[in-house]
Amino acid sequence: MADVQLRKLVKRYDEVEAVRGIDLDIADHEFVVLVGPSGCGKTTTLRMIAGLEEITDGDIRIAGEVVNDIPPKDRDIAMVFQNYALYPHMTVTENMSFGLRLKRFAQEVIAGRVSEAAQILDIRELLERKPRQLSGGQRQRVAMGRAIVRHAKVFLFDEPLSNLDAKLRVQMRTEIKKLHLRLRTTTVYVTHDQVEAMTLADRVVVMNNGRIEQAGAPTELYASPRTRFVAGFIGSPAMNFIPCVLEQAAGALRVAIPGGPSFDVPGDRTARYAASAGRKLLLGLRPEHVTEPGGAEHPSVQAFETVLEVTEPMGMETLVYFPMAGTQVCGRVDPGAGAMPNKRMTLVADMRHMHLIDEESGLVL
Amino acid sequence: MASNAATAPDGATRPRSSLRKAAQRRSTIAFLMALPLILLIAALVVYPAGYAIHLSTLNKSMEEFVGFENFEYLFERETFWMVVWQSSIFAITAVVFKALIGFVVAHLVHNIPLKGQRKWRGMLLVPWVIPPAMSTLAWLWLFDSSYSAFNWIIEGLGGPRVPWLGETGWARFSVILVNVWYGAPFFMIMYLAALKSVPEQLYEAAEIDGAGWWQRMWFITLPMMRNIIAITVLFSTIVTFANFDIVRVLTAGGPIDTTHVFATYAFKLGIESSDIPLGAAVSLFMFPLLALAAIFILRDVNKRGNQG
Repeated sequence: MADVQLRKLVKRYDEVEAVRGIDLDIADHEFVVLVGPSGCGKTTTLRMIAGLEEITDGDIRIAGEVVNDIPPKDRDIAMVFQNYALYPHMTVTENMSFGLRLKRFAQEVIAGRVSEAAQILDIRELLERKPRQLSGGQRQRVAMGRAIVRHAKVFLFDEPLSNLDAKLRVQMRTEIKKLHLRLRTTTVYVTHDQVEAMTLADRVVVMNNGRIEQAGAPTELYASPRTRFVAGFIGSPAMNFIPCVLEQAAGALRVAIPGGPSFDVPGDRTARYAASAGRKLLLGLRPEHVTEPGGAEHPSVQAFETVLEVTEPMGMETLVYFPMAGTQVCGRVDPGAGAMPNKRMTLVADMRHMHLIDEESGLVL
Repeated sequence: MASNAATAPDGATRPRSSLRKAAQRRSTIAFLMALPLILLIAALVVYPAGYAIHLSTLNKSMEEFVGFENFEYLFERETFWMVVWQSSIFAITAVVFKALIGFVVAHLVHNIPLKGQRKWRGMLLVPWVIPPAMSTLAWLWLFDSSYSAFNWIIEGLGGPRVPWLGETGWARFSVILVNVWYGAPFFMIMYLAALKSVPEQLYEAAEIDGAGWWQRMWFITLPMMRNIIAITVLFSTIVTFANFDIVRVLTAGGPIDTTHVFATYAFKLGIESSDIPLGAAVSLFMFPLLALAAIFILRDVNKRGNQG
């Protein structure tokens, strides 16, 4: 096992710069998820680590060794592909043992590792089958088995769950997490699904436009996004962004929403926002912080009235949508709160979790 | 058809109702719908084949039934066995070289950037597109021993004149060469299609698994192309075995019958020597050989099925 370091990593295709100077340290045993919209450079970054893509500029080190010019087969990595890339003419056993056979491991070693991996993944009864006789989930397991038997330094996953149906995806997500807890192999995992990123990662790296927007623990990214992009990308339903003006009155700050309510900024944030007083900003509030009254009383939990446009009962909660300052705002209320479309309702905004965003720079203040 | 049968009058007797049931069965309907085509194929394939068998049992004047006498006569003739031998050598050598050259060229074209690939593909297909009777004429001139380009070049380099079509060894080489030139593009285009159907990620997975160039070729490319290779070789073997025009135009079977293949020999005996029954017997001899090859190759293809 090993750590992975990316230093000023750049990938350029003719005119397009897909990856624009990335620095990232992935510790030994760490599970890092690269997440971002399509075209953000996450897969290119992974493929550069794998050696399937040439590096335009910068360095990649695996276990301290620069691997820029080392071919994939000598990097001691294992990779799981989006469409599994199982060899269709080989049985499951042959698929899993292919790498070991090429490296001329002893027969007993190969048999031992294959049966060990088959046990871990619960695919012992599939070993003699061909890939076409397997379901999507089973193929996914075999693809992981092929990675496991190698005892590689680093596991690379390229959107491994995106070809599975929703239910199986959740199940395999748990399997991957269990696998990592058991093997502790350094893992780089690419996905465009922020839920996958949040649930799997020790550390999430949000990428956009070939750059890293923010890297941190899932909870850190969720609670303290540094940019509007991260704030909007992490969390589902997404954070609300409401145009507002930050007003100063008698030493306190207020967030005034044009044509809507005004909210007091909590006292402990006054110093942080004071310099931006008088500016037009975006108020960022997650749906769970726009809810029905009746929780803990707190001066920063402030009520307002609105007319609901749409309600979406989810079972454990109901999502409510209403217009505010020209945007649609989403809130989460208790199913018993009686939320109905076209009904007037009192909601509260929990300003302790507010974010203020400078629209021009896209930075969270 | 089914609804007609279903609404037949109720007074039908027992045997008629079981007939009605048979008519309603999906397989029966499918068979009836395919029947016109089956009849057409029967008329176009079975009739000529049957007629050829019938012809081969007649005497030279086609008036008397002689049983297997034509075959017995052939089996006793050295020339016939030489034709069997020459046809086999001709077909096997030509197919092997066509397959090899097609394989290599397909890989070269596959690795050309997509932009220029169409142009190359088109140009490389030209030999296959020109009617061989015509392109073989050009080869005939190229092979001319006194005035041809080949000998001119060889003489220019200080070599001796080569009797391309005048000496058994060289003549056999020449007909095979032209056949390879004509048939290799077909292999190229089939193999290119097969290559393009191999997902790129298989190669990437193999690369990460530690496979070098040769191992990727051996463990990924070849197994993935096996069915196409088998079918292409079978098809080409049949066509090459039955080749007529190239040998006919280039050597007409000469010198002294040494380059004859089944089709040209059958033509010579049947048309030129006016012994149609004997010619039919020669051409029928191809059938068991090709059937055997087809059974072996197709059995292998069936066994593996579609592995995609």
